[in-house]
Amino acid sequence: MSKINQLFKEKPNRLCSVYFTSGYPNLNDTTTVIKGLEAAGVDFLEVGLPYSDPMADGPTIQESSSVALKNGINLDVIFNQLEEIKDEVNIPLIAMGYFNQVVRYGAERFCQKCQSVGIETLVLPDMPMIEYENTYKAMFAKYGLSNVFLITPQTSEERIRKIDEMTDAFIYVVASSSITGAKGTISNAQIDYFNRIKSYNLKSTLIAGFGISSKDTFDTVCNHVNGAIIGSAFVKYIGANGVDNIDAFVKDIIG
Amino acid sequence: MSKFQVDEHGYYGQFGGAYIPELLYPNVKELEDNYLEIINSEAFQKEYLYLLKQYVGRPTPLYLAPNLSKKYGAHIYLKREDLNHTGAHKVNNTIGQILIAKHLGKKRIIAETGAGQHGVATATVCALMNLECIVFMGEVDIKRQAPNVARMKMLGAKVVAATSGSKTLKDATNEAIRDWIQHPEETYYLIGSVVGPHPYPDMVARLQAIISEEMKWQLKEQTGKENPDTIIACVGGGSNAAGAFYHYMDDEEVALVAVEAAGLGINSGESAATSQLGQVGVIHGSKTILMQDEYGQITEPYSISAGLDYPGVGPLHAHLFESGRGTFMNATDQEALDAAFELTELEGIIPALESSHALAVLGKMDLKKDQVIVINLSGRGDKDLETYINELEKREARNHE
Ligand SMILES: Cc1ncc(COP(=O)(O)O)c(C=O)c1O
Repeated sequence: MSKINQLFKEKPNRLCSVYFTSGYPNLNDTTTVIKGLEAAGVDFLEVGLPYSDPMADGPTIQESSSVALKNGINLDVIFNQLEEIKDEVNIPLIAMGYFNQVVRYGAERFCQKCQSVGIETLVLPDMPMIEYENTYKAMFAKYGLSNVFLITPQTSEERIRKIDEMTDAFIYVVASSSITGAKGTISNAQIDYFNRIKSYNLKSTLIAGFGISSKDTFDTVCNHVNGAIIGSAFVKYIGANGVDNIDAFVKDIIG
Repeated sequence: MSKFQVDEHGYYGQFGGAYIPELLYPNVKELEDNYLEIINSEAFQKEYLYLLKQYVGRPTPLYLAPNLSKKYGAHIYLKREDLNHTGAHKVNNTIGQILIAKHLGKKRIIAETGAGQHGVATATVCALMNLECIVFMGEVDIKRQAPNVARMKMLGAKVVAATSGSKTLKDATNEAIRDWIQHPEETYYLIGSVVGPHPYPDMVARLQAIISEEMKWQLKEQTGKENPDTIIACVGGGSNAAGAFYHYMDDEEVALVAVEAAGLGINSGESAATSQLGQVGVIHGSKTILMQDEYGQITEPYSISAGLDYPGVGPLHAHLFESGRGTFMNATDQEALDAAFELTELEGIIPALESSHALAVLGKMDLKKDQVIVINLSGRGDKDLETYINELEKREARNHE
């Protein structure tokens, strides 16, 4: 069983994941951030692969990506950084990037590298489902990688059920029909949406993301789904405070 | 089935498709499910053609440029898209898409723009249809195309500056897509070229196809033959070229010449000649050829011409390039400027900087005396006057020496 599914079995609720931008604020902060988040009690991590044109990300992650790229980050550097701390990291790692990065690096080579540094899950928000089914599903499986799909309030029930069938990690429930960005509150409409998804009785674990930025929003979301991913709020925090006090940020949210 | 039309999965050969975040899937699917039926409906055709005739001023002339022809020793016709209302071919597309948006019940229109021509054409049809209009434009382009920014504002559009990356067309497109993701239900994204996820490239090509449709009967009238030997058009995203090529793509005897912006030179590091510098990848939702580094990071392009300053090309053009059906040439900033001055002197027509790139390859081609060439003069040069005045001053200073 993959690490992440083992985790879901042991801890079905209040799962906390954090997204961070590799190579940000400084090139070599990647490893400090990962170790810091694990020590603070985060359950699994989304390793952001900075991209020049991140169309599903809001200004905070976009800006951090552009800083990281200027710092000299690239896939090879990230894989080396992950390799370095491979034996010290126990929590599951997810890589989040854009399809073009994978295509250009060479999809097979990308998968190989992911496997060798301990990544077992991918989030590629602009990879079409049909492309996954026809080409990448088999390749990912060969390297023990599972793919995570996103759903939004506009995604039809039929499509959600199809995604549920194809998923063997979790479904990424986009909390607002919005790009990533700390929003502050969870609306009743969003809660209705979580409840609607829950009423489908899907087999997959549901993790909400986009707009979760505080203890309040985290708690609210966790009442309805299995856990949440915090992204922009964390990136903003390390942008302002550096990477030495990650514990304080995480404790503020998960208590 | 034509080799150069999009297939039922949204691909031109290996290019095209819809590489979009799930957040946009419902919008794109809605458009994909409806666009052909809408475009092919009698009601749409009637209104579209009426507006093109009475509002835009079509058909645009096909003008045999006598002095240019004499200079280059061939029969050179100009397809005068510069004479359209708002000054470029862009309006053919915006008229069509605004009717589609209305049909889908969308109230809020967003667009990206480089040179500002698409922004102006979008703001114009939004004024006409009384719809909210928001145009995203790179900060650099806002400066170099100031007259168009003023026009958009006067037309009632909100112009939002894109401040990321190279602050040009690519970044304006990113911002438009982000806005679309945030307001998926009420918003229609009115894309300005044959780029973006399927069905946009095909939809925009169909709406620009009026250019070659007219060329056919106009050539027949003037030369006795529907087919020219050669068609030349500039390529930013590729919409004016797609329109000029559209009805000739399967007539392989007609040479299709696409002209990209070489900027300061292909190998200068300051260029936008995508086919020469790019590799296969994904940009703005479609698989195509784009300028990128070994890690798939998109390269910042450069051209003096805001409308050609884009690191990709539409998937149709990637397919024309890869299949060899299209001949891809390029022109530098200076060659385009020289061509603009030449056309102005010889024919009394001030072309847009984009269109000047198409004119600039005449001197690089082996032309035959009776060769019939159509150059798609995609737009007029009013928006580029500041650049032209700078060039004029340089020329005057040189003459004084
Ligand atoms: C006059 C003119 N020609 C050409 C272009 C390039 O666009 P496309 O390649 O889509 O025709 C533009 C874009 O702004 C333009 O304004």
